[in-house]
Amino acid sequence: MIVQIIYKALLSSIILLLSLVVAMYSTLVERKVAGWFQDRHGPNRAGPWGLLQPLADGAKLFFKEEFMPNSADKFLYILGPSLTMFIALLTSAAIPWGPDLVVNGTVYPLQVADVNIGVLYIFAILSIGVYGIMIGGWASNNKYALLGAVRASSQMISYELAMSLSIITIVMMTGSLSMREIVAQQQGFNWNIIYQPLGFLIFLICAFAETNRAPFDLPECETELVGGYHTEYSSMKLGFYLFSEYINMFISGAVMATLFLGGYHFPGIDKLGLSPNVFAFVSFMVLFTKITFFGFLFMWIRWTLPRFRYDQLMKLGWKSLIPLAILNVVITGVVILLNQK
Amino acid sequence: MKNLTNRSKIVSNKQMNFWERIYIPAILNGMRITFGHLFRKKTTVQYPEVTREFSDVYRGKHVLKRDDEGRERCTACGLCAVACPAEAITMVAAERQPGEENLYREEKYAVVYEINMLRCIFCGDCEEACPKEAIFLTKEIVKSEYDRDKFIYGKDVLVEPADPAKRIDISKRQTPEVIEFKKNKKYKHNK
Repeated sequence: MIVQIIYKALLSSIILLLSLVVAMYSTLVERKVAGWFQDRHGPNRAGPWGLLQPLADGAKLFFKEEFMPNSADKFLYILGPSLTMFIALLTSAAIPWGPDLVVNGTVYPLQVADVNIGVLYIFAILSIGVYGIMIGGWASNNKYALLGAVRASSQMISYELAMSLSIITIVMMTGSLSMREIVAQQQGFNWNIIYQPLGFLIFLICAFAETNRAPFDLPECETELVGGYHTEYSSMKLGFYLFSEYINMFISGAVMATLFLGGYHFPGIDKLGLSPNVFAFVSFMVLFTKITFFGFLFMWIRWTLPRFRYDQLMKLGWKSLIPLAILNVVITGVVILLNQK
Repeated sequence: MKNLTNRSKIVSNKQMNFWERIYIPAILNGMRITFGHLFRKKTTVQYPEVTREFSDVYRGKHVLKRDDEGRERCTACGLCAVACPAEAITMVAAERQPGEENLYREEKYAVVYEINMLRCIFCGDCEEACPKEAIFLTKEIVKSEYDRDKFIYGKDVLVEPADPAKRIDISKRQTPEVIEFKKNKKYKHNK
């Protein structure tokens, strides 16, 4: 029992560190990729290939002046970025990162918490995510920040509906809310994306909106709202907001890979006859590759598409995605019902 | 009505069809285009390590030329200052004293010759106005400074070194006509 507790503590710290490091280097990759898409090099002065750039950025943010507006609500002003960061890091607990490790006959699952309502947990946490932005925008006592926060909350609420509806089809097919179970059923090439292409597309679009990434980055919207909800933030509080966006990207990549792209499964690797621990490592790398692909996709889209107008965003969410998602649910239900007979 | 140019386009208010309205094909096409750019040659010039290639007739910092014997060509006639549209050039003329024949080419010379590089627009009119082929624009760049006063370049910066090995080559700025003109010994200043 005590071993299990130590193991879980260790695993959760490793995952915490992993998501932080990945988020840190996503900022570099983002700028690199942006550069390449625009025929530039991207940052390449700090260290070889600019590898020390995230450290330099972090150090810079720490040494910036901690500014707080006089009229701001002091408690909420600090709570905003902390909450955003905290919630961004919480989600990773329910994601299965690989098959079980076996040491001396004891099984160590590569998942911090195998909650039997894992999907529900992840969506609950994602929904709380909007509070960080809303509180931050409200506490700043600034028109731009408030507008950004209002946009963020309405956008997130609108897209959460379609997102959850597209997940319902997965739950209907799998018959389980456990992330582990969902991954287990996608063994080999039995990936959910093959059965639910429309569901995947809806989920992907909503994931962009949930992470406030372009083309749905209206809450930030530099061109009209200065910085949106983080207009009044500086120093590491701003850093937390920007950083949690990258953590969210990493986590939503992991969620999408888990729910639709077979998680850590890849056709053929379970037939290689690897020892359980090597197999677990290879599987984890497979999952990581899929997450990396999604990370690249997020950036690719960002540097391709312009930002949506607010009414277009709402129209897309309420008039296209939600009806499509409902249609998807109905079709899936009918197909499942017909298969049972 | 006849078109004045062949660039005019006919516009229409055609409604988008289904494929255009769902945007996905257009988005995929856009992504294809951006992906193609990943492998393009980068347009960046990595400045301190690599410098951009300059044209042979680039108009940068000025030089005040010496003749073959190392004497300053400038006679302080003031034509460059008159020609200068930015009024960047000032000078003070003086008479050559006996014994200074190896320093100055003619009886009159410039004691002070200053160009304000913040005013200069590098048009090259001074060079064109000069009857003595004394002033030329070179490939050299005017460096940035922290102090405005440091942009007023005097003779210490502008006059080229007397050492023949360190002379600044301006032959690229001289057109064949100019070189032909120089060969004509009828004019006094070419002697």
